[in-house]
Amino acid sequence: MSTPSGGSTLAIDAVSRWFANVVAVNDVTMSIGPGITGLLGPNGAGKSTLINMLGGFLPPSAGSVTLNGATIWKNPDVYRVIGLVPEREAAYDFLTGWQFVLANAELHGLASPGDAARRALEAVEMEYAQERKVGDYSKGMRQRVKMASALVHDPGVLLLDEPFNGMDPRQRLHLMDLLRRMGAEGRTVLFSSHILEEVEQLAQHIEVMVAGRHAASGDFREIRRLMTDRPHQYVIRSDDNRALASALIADGSTAGVQMDEDAGVLRVQAVEFLRFTELLPRVADDAGIRLYEVSPSDESLESVFSYLVAN
Amino acid sequence: MNATVARLTGKALFGGRRALLLLTLSVILVALAVLLRLSIGVDHQVSADFLGAVALGTMVPLFGLIVGTGVIGPEIDDGSIIYLLAKPVPRPSIVLSKLAVAVVATIVFATVPTFLAGVIMSGLSSGVALGFAVAALVASLAYSAIFLLLAVVTRHAVVYGLAYALIWESLIGGFVPGARTLSVQQWALSVAERIAEPGLVSSDVRLAVAGVLLAAVTILATWYAGQRLRVLKLAGEE
Repeated sequence: MSTPSGGSTLAIDAVSRWFANVVAVNDVTMSIGPGITGLLGPNGAGKSTLINMLGGFLPPSAGSVTLNGATIWKNPDVYRVIGLVPEREAAYDFLTGWQFVLANAELHGLASPGDAARRALEAVEMEYAQERKVGDYSKGMRQRVKMASALVHDPGVLLLDEPFNGMDPRQRLHLMDLLRRMGAEGRTVLFSSHILEEVEQLAQHIEVMVAGRHAASGDFREIRRLMTDRPHQYVIRSDDNRALASALIADGSTAGVQMDEDAGVLRVQAVEFLRFTELLPRVADDAGIRLYEVSPSDESLESVFSYLVAN
Repeated sequence: MNATVARLTGKALFGGRRALLLLTLSVILVALAVLLRLSIGVDHQVSADFLGAVALGTMVPLFGLIVGTGVIGPEIDDGSIIYLLAKPVPRPSIVLSKLAVAVVATIVFATVPTFLAGVIMSGLSSGVALGFAVAALVASLAYSAIFLLLAVVTRHAVVYGLAYALIWESLIGGFVPGARTLSVQQWALSVAERIAEPGLVSSDVRLAVAGVLLAAVTILATWYAGQRLRVLKLAGEE
C-alpha cells in the first residue's frame, strides 16, 4: 500500500459531551498525530463517545473536534481521509467478504474499486476467505474484513474502537503487526482499549481516560511510572503478624500498617512500590517471620486509573 | 442516486424471508380476486369496493410500511449503516437510492398484483384495474417516503407506522370525515376515481388537491429524511 501524503492530525479541543444529565466526556483536550496512539481507560470512561465524535457520528456538546483543522461533524468529506473500524459486529452478513469490501471501495468513489478491494483484503490476509459470507466469519476474521473495509481508500487516519475485543492471541498479534505497519507508514492510528498490556505493546503514545476525564498523556514509560509510583495496598498473612508490623513500620517505604485481627491479616500501605517489594522479604527473613501470603489488594485497573485522576 | 447503495439495499430487502412474506400476501390478493370472479362473476362495483378495501386500504399501506422501514431501519438498528455513512456520499443520495428500491419493491409486490386482481375481476374496460393500479402506485410512493423518513427519525417506526395506517386512516378516517383529507389512501382513491368509470369509486378529496398533497408529502418526507440522516447519531454502548 502506498504511503499517504503528509501526516494528519485529529484535534479535540475543550470537548465535553453529555447525554441528558450524564457527562460522558468532560472537558477533554488532546491532539493525535501520525503514529499509533492508544486510548486507554476502563469501561464507561468515555472512550467510545470520544471515538464516535472523532468519527463524525456524534456532535460534541461543547468544544470542537477537527481533522486537519476541518470540523468533523456533518462533514462527510472527512471520510476521504478517515478509515473507521467500528466496535459493533454488524457488517452486512449476507455479503461475501469480497462483496463487502468491494462495496466499501465503490462507496468511496474510487477509480478502480476492484483493485482497491483486492489490495485491502491482501493487507489483512483475508483473500483465502473472501468468497465466504461475512455472517459465517469468526470474530477475528470479521475484525479483519472490517479492517479491510476501512483501509480500502488508503486512509491517512485510522480509528479503531476496541479492536482486540474477543480476539484470540494469534489474531491479536496479527492485527498488532498490521497496525504497526500502518503507524510506520505515517498514518495517524488511534485505537481504544481497556487493557494496559495491549496498549503498552502497541502504542507509541498513550492517552488515558477515566470517568470522562483526560487523566494522563504520554509514552508508555511515563504511564507505567505513574502507575507504579503510587501507593500500593497489600494484604499479608504470616506466622507473626504483630512482629512483622513493627518491623515494617520502622521502614520509610510503608505509610501505614493495620492489624486485622478478625481476618488474621496485616494490611499494609506501601509508598514506593519497588522499594517495598525488596524490603518485605528482607525484613521477614531478618526477623525470622514466615510469610504465607502477600497479595496486592487494589491492583484492578480502575484503582490505578482513579489514582491517576486524583493526581 | 448511488448504485452501490441501491444494490446493497435490494440485496438486504429481497434476500431474506421478507420477500417471501410479501410475495405470499400478493398471491393471496390475486387468489381472492380469482375466487370472487368465480363466485359472483363480473361486478365492477364489487371489484372497486374489494380493491379499495383490501388492496389500497390494507395491502398497499402494509407493504409501504414493511418496505419503507425495511430499506433503512434494520441497518440503523444494528449499526451497520455506519459503513454507508462513513463515506463521502451525500446523505440525500443515500435516501433517494433506498427510496428507489422501496418503490420498485412496492410496484412488484403491491401495484402489479393490484392490477392483476383488477383485470381478473373486471377486465380492462371499466377502468377499475388501471385506476386502482395507478392509485396503488402513487400511494406506494408516498407511503414508502413517509415510512422511510419515520425509520430514520425513530427506532419505533413500525409501531408509529401501524398506528397511522390502522388508527388514523382506517379508524378515525372511518368516523371523522375531516381526517380523510389528510390520508394517503383518500388521495390515491381520488386518482382511481378519475380513471375508473364514474360512480364506481368515490374519494373525499378533489384530484387537484390530492395530487399536490401526494407530491408535497413525498418530496418533503424524502428531503427531510436526507437532512436527518446527515445528523444521525450512532452513540456507543456506554
